[in-house]
This record gives sequence, C-alpha cells and structure tokens, in this order.
Amino acid sequence: MKLKSLLIAATALTMSVPAAFAEDMTIVSWGGAYSDSQNNAYHKPYMAMHPDVNIINDESSNEAVAKLRAMNEAGNVTWDVVDVVASDAIRLCDEGLAVEIDPDKDLAPAPDGTPASEDFGDLLVSECFIPQIVYSTTFGYRTDKVGDEPPTDICAVFDTEKYPGKRSLEKRPINNVEWALLCDGVAKEDIYDVLSTPEGVDQALAKLGTIKDDVIWWSAGAETPQLLADGEVVMGSTYNGRLFSVIEEQDQPVAMLWDAQVFDLDGWIIPAGLPEDRLKAAKDYIYFATDTQRLADQAKYISYGPARKSSAPLVGKHADLGIEMAPHMPTDPNNAKNTFLYNYEWWADNRDDLDAKFQAWLTQ
Amino acid sequence: MTDTAETSPMLTTQDGVPLKVSIARATRRQKLRAFLLVTPLLLFVLITFTAPIADMLYRSVENDIVSETLPETVVALEAWDESSGEIPNEDVFAALVRDLEIAAAEKTHTRLGSRLNYENSGMSSLFRKTGRRVKRMDEGNYTEQFIAIDEDWGTTKTWQVIKQFSSPVTAGYFLAAVDAERTPEDGLQFKPSDERIYLFLFWRTMLLSVTITVMCILLGYPIAFLLSNLPMRTSNLLMILVLLPFWTSLLVRTSAWKVLLQQQGVINDTLVWIGLVADDSRLQLINNQTGTVIAMTHILLPFMILPLFSVMKTISPTYMRAAKSMGASDWYAFWRVYFPQTVPGIGAGSILVFILSIGYYITPELVGGTSGIFISNRIAYHISSSLNWGLAAALGVILLTVVLVLYWLYDRIVGIDNVKLG
Repeated sequence: MKLKSLLIAATALTMSVPAAFAEDMTIVSWGGAYSDSQNNAYHKPYMAMHPDVNIINDESSNEAVAKLRAMNEAGNVTWDVVDVVASDAIRLCDEGLAVEIDPDKDLAPAPDGTPASEDFGDLLVSECFIPQIVYSTTFGYRTDKVGDEPPTDICAVFDTEKYPGKRSLEKRPINNVEWALLCDGVAKEDIYDVLSTPEGVDQALAKLGTIKDDVIWWSAGAETPQLLADGEVVMGSTYNGRLFSVIEEQDQPVAMLWDAQVFDLDGWIIPAGLPEDRLKAAKDYIYFATDTQRLADQAKYISYGPARKSSAPLVGKHADLGIEMAPHMPTDPNNAKNTFLYNYEWWADNRDDLDAKFQAWLTQ
Repeated sequence: MTDTAETSPMLTTQDGVPLKVSIARATRRQKLRAFLLVTPLLLFVLITFTAPIADMLYRSVENDIVSETLPETVVALEAWDESSGEIPNEDVFAALVRDLEIAAAEKTHTRLGSRLNYENSGMSSLFRKTGRRVKRMDEGNYTEQFIAIDEDWGTTKTWQVIKQFSSPVTAGYFLAAVDAERTPEDGLQFKPSDERIYLFLFWRTMLLSVTITVMCILLGYPIAFLLSNLPMRTSNLLMILVLLPFWTSLLVRTSAWKVLLQQQGVINDTLVWIGLVADDSRLQLINNQTGTVIAMTHILLPFMILPLFSVMKTISPTYMRAAKSMGASDWYAFWRVYFPQTVPGIGAGSILVFILSIGYYITPELVGGTSGIFISNRIAYHISSSLNWGLAAALGVILLTVVLVLYWLYDRIVGIDNVKLG
C-alpha cells in the first residue's frame, strides 16, 4: 500500500514536471556587447511578460550556417531563433534551412499603423530574414599618428605616403574590392558592373596590391580595435559598434572615418524544421522583439541603427554613459554623407569565385 | 621420408570427435567471447567515429542533387551535344518547366542553384530568379520565355554545367581541390594561375609542418636529456613546467604570443631598448610564417619532449660509462652509443608533432597572417562559411591520403617497430 501510493505520487510528480518548469527557448547570437544589448532590450522584458519562457543564450552565430545545416541533416534542430547577417540569411533561405516570413502577418506594424513591410522597406532582403539593426563596416584611425591632417576620405587608406604605417583589412574580398575600385577612379554606381568583368577584379586586386605589404588581415571583428589600441596599425576597418566602444567606452586616441562606410544588415531567422509549438513560440518572440520600441531600445546599449524607420526618432541616450546615441549611429546624416550599399545578390553569386581569386592573390 | 599426416590414423578426442574439430570449436568459442567483449567499444567507434568520417568523405563525390531536382531535364539533355555550340531544343526547356514547378513548390531550386554556383558564378541568382517566375509561365515557346527571364538560359555555358554535373557522382570536387577543372572545349586542365591555391597550400602545410617538427627536435632533445639525467626531485619539478602549457587554454597561449611578437610587442620593445633594432625597422615576427612556426613549435613541444624523455629514461648510464672507459671522447660516446638508442623516441615525437601540425587550424588562423596559413584553414572556410562541404571533403580526403602515404613511407624507411613511446 505504501509502495503503491509512493509510486502514484512519483508518477504524478514526473507528469507535472513539464508544466511546472519553464519552456526553454534557445536564441543564438554573436556574444559580447551585442548579446548583452539584446538581453537588455529583448530577452529580459520578454521573459518578464512570459514567465513560462526561459531564454537560453547561445553564442554561435559565427558558425550558425554550418551548424544549422548539420542540425537539419540530423533532423534535430535545437535552436529556436538565430541572429545572422543578411548574406547568411539569404544562403540559409536558399538552402531551405530557414522558414519564410510574411512581414505583415508575422511582424508588428509601426505605432502609427504602417505595415511592417513598409516600415522595414528595402531592408527585407530575403523572404526568411527579419532585419534588426543596420551596422556599417568603416575605418577607425589613431588620432596621434596621422599628423596635422586627419584623414577625411576613404582613399587615405591607400595613401601610404601621407599616412605611413600598417592598416588592417578584413581577410576576404567583400568591401575591400569595392573600396579599392572607388579609390581607383571607378564611379560608385559602376562598381559592380566593373567587378563583373575579370579585368575589373584584376584592377581591384592591383589597387589593393599597392598597399599589400602594409596590411594586417583580420578575420574576427575584435582584432582591429585591439590593433588600434596597441598602436600596431594606424587605421583599420571593422564594425562601427566596435569602434564606438574603443572610442567612447575605452577612451583610446581613435576616431572614426565614416567616409564610404558600407551598410550591412543583421537580423533574425527562424530555423526550418521546428515542431509546431516551438515555431509558434519563436514567432511570438520575433513579433515582440522586432517591434518599433524594442528596436529603439537596443540602440541604448550599442551603436547600431534600428532597422525600422519608425524606431529612429525613439533612439535615446546610452544606458551607462548617458551620451546621445543618435550621432553615433551609422545612419546619422552627418555620418552617412557618403555611404556604400552592399549588393547582396551580386555577392551571393560571385562570392565563391572572387574569394578563390582573392585567397590566391593573398598567398602569392 | 614418408608423409606422416596422410598415413597415420586421424587423432581424435576421447568421445571420438576429431581433434582438429574439437580445437576449432574451443578456439571459436574463445574468439567469440573476445569479440563480444570488444563489441561495445567497436560499435562505439564505428557509430561515433568511422561512420561520420565515411559519410563526410563520401560527400567529396556525391552529386545526386541535379538528377533529383531536375529529373526530366537531365533525361532530355542526354540527346543534346554540348560541344555543338547551340543551346538545347524546346523539349529540354519544356522539361525544365515541369521540373522547376515541382522544385519551386518544394523550395529545392535555390539549393540546386547554390550547388551549381560553385561551378559557375551566377547560377545561384539564375535559379532563384527563375523559380519565382516559373509558375506564371504561359503554355508553349518556353525557350524564349526562359531567355526573357535571364539571358544566361540562352548561353551554352549554363547548359554545359547542368549536363556536366547531372551524374550522381562527380569528380568535380576533387578536380577543384587540386586546382583543376574540366571544360567541354579544352578537357581537363589546370585553372588559370590567379585562381590556383590548394596545391600550393598543401605544399606549404607540409613544408611548415616539417619545419615545426625539426624545431621541436632541436629544442626538445636537450630538455628531455636534461630531464632524464637530473635527480628525481628536480626533474619532477621541471616536468611540471613542461606539462604546464597543457593546462592552459590553447587560445590563451596563442594570444600571449600575439602580445609578445607584435611590432609594438614585448620582444620588439626590448630589442629597440637594447639598441639591436632601430625603432622604425621593428622586426615582423607575427602575421607571417615566422609567427606560425614560433607559436606552433611552442604549443607542440611537449609532444616531442614526453616520448623523448620516456625513451631516454630507459637508457642505462652504464653504456656511456663503458664507452668512455674504452677511450671514447664525450662527443663520440654520445653520438655512437647514446644517440642511436634515442632514435625511437625521436621517431615517436616526430610522428606525433608532424601529424598534429599538419591538421592544425586555430593557431595559424590567429598568428599566420596570409603567408602562414595551412590547408586546414581553407577546409574550415568551406565547412563553416562557404558551405561547400563537397570541396571541404575532397580536401580532407587528400590530406588524409597524404598523411597515410607519409606514414607508410615512414614505416618503410624508419620502421614503425622502432617507434617507442616509453
């Protein structure tokens, strides 16, 4: 009798466990200050509203594409929402690894009723991609090593006579070949046409060749800020949020060269192959986390521009430093005098080919 | 001499069973028991190690995506002569419409596009674009409608690529992995020189791995010698220092080398302060091959010292004393008596260090710059970034084969029996 009641109690306990414990939701992002900003702006308020949801942070975004493919092949998708850059989202969508989104159904309209598809506008670059921030890849330079005339023009990168010293550039062709052509006299609107010809690629590599011996090539976004802080390079490219933290949070003698900054997007995708209930939960999270106020909130913690037009006026002050964030946004009119828009479709087609040429050129 | 086996009566056990059968039965039972005992481990290794590797390696030739996504088109294309200089006829385009309608509904056309984009740039957007419009096509005259969507459908190159990669297995990845390609016009040939990269990287990986192995021998041998000849207490203390790096994260050690070796780093600062190097010509010690060799020698050094130490420990000091008592000089006694006995340790250490360094990835990535990266860095790129797993698998197969061939050569020249880990 005693044993029987014990068994019944134990069974009741095990059966009640799933209900008593919160549902786990695994959200994958980039880690560091970026994940912190998402944690503060999205995860915490969402969990406060939904006590039954427990968000688990996974910092695997830099290998998300490969891992999602492996999970999909294994038939066991353990991630619910994944933060990726737009070009990766396009690839995941092409490979059938992300679910398609209907912006007007799955995303919140702006406070004034503008549908999400208009609020995000052109930034919806793929059917599977929900944009979150606009970031830019741009240059920072050491203010104490550029003499009396600090650079104002992207072509200072290629001018080793006026600005001697090492530069750091990303170890991939994207952005670098565009800047090279821009400084080799090609008009901005012709760049991708020129790059589509073999001669155009040669021209870009030849221009990069003029500074090849002065370049330290980086592969992680944290490298340029470190190289600038150590004085190893006089200027270098990286993401604008990283430079913001070097300049404003760490007080290094570094300044931004916004000229010819390349806009890029980062946002969410929902992996394909989720069971119905988890897909519903993921969509619910996305609906909340990409509304106008939430996107504006994120800019309090990191200097990336919100992807919605309606969020821009709501951007306020930095949560810790108390400085106005608007002038640090890549989209601020003062910073965005000369910008360059990354051509997703062109790179989706030509990335492999150009990368092979670029890597061969690097090893020569 | 007579043949005893034929003439003598058959040996039997007491119950009349032939002895041969009885022994076979007994040993079979023993063998079965031994096999059952190792079965769990065997299964574990097969399931978690051999099968995934075999699966990954099979991807280097697997190519059924084209025939699965475009079954009718592939059949229709068989009649087309790819060297005719003309695009396929209307039947092929009609088959393509039927295939693409199904593919677009299942969203497999974009996957095919990314696969074919590895062979010919532009296929990715061609399929994405065509998949969007194929549902709205009118009946008949498909050739014109396709060319209206994208001119590429009117070029023979597009069709050549589809036909060339329509078989379920392909050598394309292996060709790409050795910088070659096959075109209908020119046949098998090397890629243009500005796109060749992999053969050179294989060569550099070998060369740098040999350099690192030699550096490890040069630095590790004296340390192991010292360790094995010191009194136990001191040598234990020194041993801990050798093992200490094992307990530190690989990334921390590599980053520490960055701090030490960079141009504004500790070593350069010291050299400038002493006056050996001018301030404006600081040494370039990192982001090149020097950086890779220095950092990897440091990281792999314990793998050389440990086998050397355990072999040296077993060499009795009496041999050296005997040699010297018979008139050998210190050097002669070392070279003719001591050193030959340590060769198995050098062999074991060299194999360990060489094979570890040939597949190393993270250290070259961080300190190698452009001239110090290995083939493994490209494999990692194709696995995690370009998603070209077929090419990554082909590169992996080649690397594995090279290692096995080197191992075989090593066995032939040095003899694997001469390798001792202690």
